Amino acid sequence: MTTTKEISIGDIASRGSEAVNKIQSDRMALNVGPSHPTTHGVLRLIMELNGDLIDKCEPVLGYLHRGDEKIAENMTYNQFIPYTDRLDYLAPLANNVAYALTVEKLANLEVPPRCQAIRVLISEMARISSHLLGMGVFGMDAGAWTPFMYTFTEREKLYTLFEELTGARFTTSFTRIGGVARDVPDGWLGRVENFVDDLPKAISEVEKLLTRNRIFLDRTEGIGEISKEDALAYGLTGPNLRASGVDLDLRKDNPYSGYEQYDFDVPIGTRGDCYDRYLVRIEEVLQSIRIIKQVIKNFPTGAWYAEDAKKIFAPPKEKILSSMEELIQNFMIVTEGPQIPSGEVYFEAENPKGALGFYIVSKGGGVPYRMKIRAPSFCNLSILEKLAPGHFLSDITVILGSLDFVMGECDR
Amino acid sequence: MIDDEFSSELMRKYSFLSKRVSVDWLTVECSPKNLVDLLQSLRDQEGFDILIDLTAVDHGEDCESRFSTVIHLYSLVHRGYIRVHSVCSDNDNPIMPSCAEIYPAANWHEREAYDMFGIKFTDHPNLKRILMWDDYPYFPLRKEFPLAGIDTPLPAADVAEVTDASVEPAPMMGGPFVSGASGPMSDSEPRAKDESWTEEMEKGS
Repeated sequence: MTTTKEISIGDIASRGSEAVNKIQSDRMALNVGPSHPTTHGVLRLIMELNGDLIDKCEPVLGYLHRGDEKIAENMTYNQFIPYTDRLDYLAPLANNVAYALTVEKLANLEVPPRCQAIRVLISEMARISSHLLGMGVFGMDAGAWTPFMYTFTEREKLYTLFEELTGARFTTSFTRIGGVARDVPDGWLGRVENFVDDLPKAISEVEKLLTRNRIFLDRTEGIGEISKEDALAYGLTGPNLRASGVDLDLRKDNPYSGYEQYDFDVPIGTRGDCYDRYLVRIEEVLQSIRIIKQVIKNFPTGAWYAEDAKKIFAPPKEKILSSMEELIQNFMIVTEGPQIPSGEVYFEAENPKGALGFYIVSKGGGVPYRMKIRAPSFCNLSILEKLAPGHFLSDITVILGSLDFVMGECDR
Repeated sequence: MIDDEFSSELMRKYSFLSKRVSVDWLTVECSPKNLVDLLQSLRDQEGFDILIDLTAVDHGEDCESRFSTVIHLYSLVHRGYIRVHSVCSDNDNPIMPSCAEIYPAANWHEREAYDMFGIKFTDHPNLKRILMWDDYPYFPLRKEFPLAGIDTPLPAADVAEVTDASVEPAPMMGGPFVSGASGPMSDSEPRAKDESWTEEMEKGS
């Protein structure tokens, strides 16, 4: 039988500012988080303030640590796909793709053009979804509520498209090693095209509210400037790195999944401040729309999974239920996992938040020996210790919003 | 582009390196004592500007040299990666030189490797746990650490005193859908992990 007991524990909230006692001068210690609206999840910051100025800022991580890397060592490659949803949970489809591509690279497996096109399409849709949230929340951090409503309306439409494709709005788990879970539904591509046709209208509404808004400019221009050298030294990737003027986009540098066929531009910032990071994201959404239109225009026909990878990709259900060989194939893949050769591989994909990398050490068989997840948010946040000092306390919300991180992937 | 010419040139320049077979990027092995110098010249002379990733691998308790670190560097000049392996010589007290001076990005990665594997990075500016709490007694990514976890005191002693709670291992040891890297296939079935019932032992009421 369950019993309930009333307990009282001293002032838990004050435990956060234990650092206060260590400071012996007129400085003030301020604890933000781990549960606080500006930290977009469970990031905790311990700051030392001199009046309104930040003197020191120490991020504390680990509040969302679930041990994904340990879990990965104890399950087959396909079983880990749902866990990748929960890394950058604002763009689960892009994580699914990055993970599947890594394992396929180790297995030296090439997927057919239709599968590649589906993967490019969902990656770009995930990028739009993530950037829409990034922009909206960034506006909100700077005090503008309305843009968030506009961007969230559009995200809702995207989620409906995701649901139609994958069966889930949020945790999609859509890719498989050697393919994707299913082909695109009838008429779905048309609906995606309608969506991207309408999207620029919503983007321009957000832009009208923010881009030349005096208050927004005052709060973001020249705030949180990251020089090119610092951005490289701290291992920033993605829009945050490009906003500092570094031309690094893995879709262009090391094209994967057929990105080389598509024509798109890589927006680069000049100053590396919060405003530049916002502009880069806006432009990336427009470029993603360009890519999506090209993918849909030349959508390849044919197989949507690697048909010859008998030990890696489970055959379609109707074949499993009607043919002995496929039944055995499915049984082996489900129980023993996709058979991946031994070796080590590192692959990273250009995800919305930056370069999401997987380093896999395999000793053969269906289970990785070691998997390291290189999370872009983890690296992007490491610059905070250097970036925050010298800013006003009120700027920290804007800086955090502009870095656009997700704790799910930071803590893993 | 990182091609054969570049890699053989690199191997000639840094004679202490040995090359390793790799399916993707140029992979070299470097002894810990040369690591800092190597990274310094890779950054300043060979154009590897970004430390993309630093991690460690536990090769198993009975392995001769158990721990090694793996560094991935990216070059904007060559638009490619280089992977640097370094093996820790001491299994019981693994030590590796820190490269946080050269690449500030390594700071958090090294803290994570220390947190998860217990590898000590010498001359690291702030070597403490990053994902687990400061007093956590184990190194979770070592191979002998069980997936379910180990019973550990709560990080907050005053809460533990009142609630009598601790950090408990996950229920159903090993988790419901767990496949080991070795062992017979039946081990990977869910029921094999449910220790309340096996072929030898009847299920309790």
